[in-house]
Amino acid sequence: MTLAARVIACLDVDGGRVVKGVNFVDLVDAGDPIELASLYGAAGIDELVFLDITASSSDRETTLELVRRSADQVFIPVTVGGGIRSIEDIDALLRAGADKVSINTAAIARPELLREAAQRFGSQCIVLSLDARRESGQPSGFGVTTHGGRESAGLDAVEWAQRAAEFGVGEILLNSMDADGTKTGFDLELITAVRGAVNIPIIASGGAGVPSDFAAAINAGAQAVLAASIFHFGEVSIAQVKSALKADSIPVREPTRLVS
Amino acid sequence: MSPTVAVLDYGFGNVRSALRAAEHVGATAILSSDFDTCLNADGLIIPGVGAYAACMAGIDSVRGGALVDARMVAKRPVLGICVGMQIMFEQGIEHGMSTRGLGQWPGTVDHLLAPIVPHMGWNTVAPPASSSLFAGVETEMFYFVHSYAVQEWTMSDTDPYQHPPIVTWSDYGAPFVAAVENGPLSAVQFHPEKSGEAGLTLINNWVGTLT
Repeated sequence: MTLAARVIACLDVDGGRVVKGVNFVDLVDAGDPIELASLYGAAGIDELVFLDITASSSDRETTLELVRRSADQVFIPVTVGGGIRSIEDIDALLRAGADKVSINTAAIARPELLREAAQRFGSQCIVLSLDARRESGQPSGFGVTTHGGRESAGLDAVEWAQRAAEFGVGEILLNSMDADGTKTGFDLELITAVRGAVNIPIIASGGAGVPSDFAAAINAGAQAVLAASIFHFGEVSIAQVKSALKADSIPVREPTRLVS
Repeated sequence: MSPTVAVLDYGFGNVRSALRAAEHVGATAILSSDFDTCLNADGLIIPGVGAYAACMAGIDSVRGGALVDARMVAKRPVLGICVGMQIMFEQGIEHGMSTRGLGQWPGTVDHLLAPIVPHMGWNTVAPPASSSLFAGVETEMFYFVHSYAVQEWTMSDTDPYQHPPIVTWSDYGAPFVAAVENGPLSAVQFHPEKSGEAGLTLINNWVGTLT
């Protein structure tokens, strides 16, 4: 018996609609996150991340409604990230049916939020979202960034990961801002550096281009691999990723279609 | 008439997913903390996530122990999920502190011995041939997310309810109990409500035993 490497798709959601280009032929409404989530579920995705890029707080209720609909119809784990600032935000999302929440900027501003969240809701549902990029002057060579990688938070990425793990987060969503969008493969140096510092699961994110990239990230120490646009545009299928992982002797989940 | 399934509302667990999964397989599902409602439903699901001590405090606040006892006496099925399974054992040990469980089964819930914890993701299980819960999904993977588990099963075949326990094991770092079927009392360490079609099939198997 072996734990499977998880393949995760990330959907950027704004005001309850999927944005940033989705190009699936089978979709009736390419902007409907639930239809897309169901399609990914049928394609064998192991987990979904909804990244709420909504700026205005008035759209938060829309996001909660989306999470509710998702929990009602998609029976696989769902993580929600983006704009989570307080225990109340987390509580609302978990009550709506999210399995995990990922916290980024608010944790940098106030690290104690991670400890409070993990104590209140359990480590298993608190994910640290860490946007890292190479930064000279940081001991590990990697710094923490904010604002989509544009600004330095003045923190060492590996130390931050370690601290978050000590605070009780159950998982790290590790985004390489250097690799993001390049399609040249995951940032293996970054994954290796963080893996050496923490003993909680790591989701590798940023840089996936071809199916063989995913196995490299798992072999570097990640437990899960995440991609967005290459899945949404059909450039790489979930089945292709799982085949590539299997070819590299990495266990994957290949569900049988059971329910008609 | 479709069977009624109550999901015990004691402040813990992803109750929405449990409700919808039960509905998905044809049950009439209700979320309730009311003792009589939960006692009289055809099936009772006890969900649970987070800390053992906090969950037990929640269980005590709704007289969950007496509820499970009463259902066992009446031979009415109960399904525990994740921490909802762990509380069926004698005790849970977290951060060196022991918390009393409901003691339906002997055993201790203790920290997983693995290099990377939580055990998070899809894993296989090894159900015995006598399992009815896993009928049709014996070789499927299920979604686990936990840091603690029962790693030693000590119950003899002569249990208080005269039902030989059917124990399904999984492995993460070391073998641990992934599911128990023991007459009216069943429990799973993974999340069937989050395990795709395999999980829905398992819930359907359980709902199929309700009258």
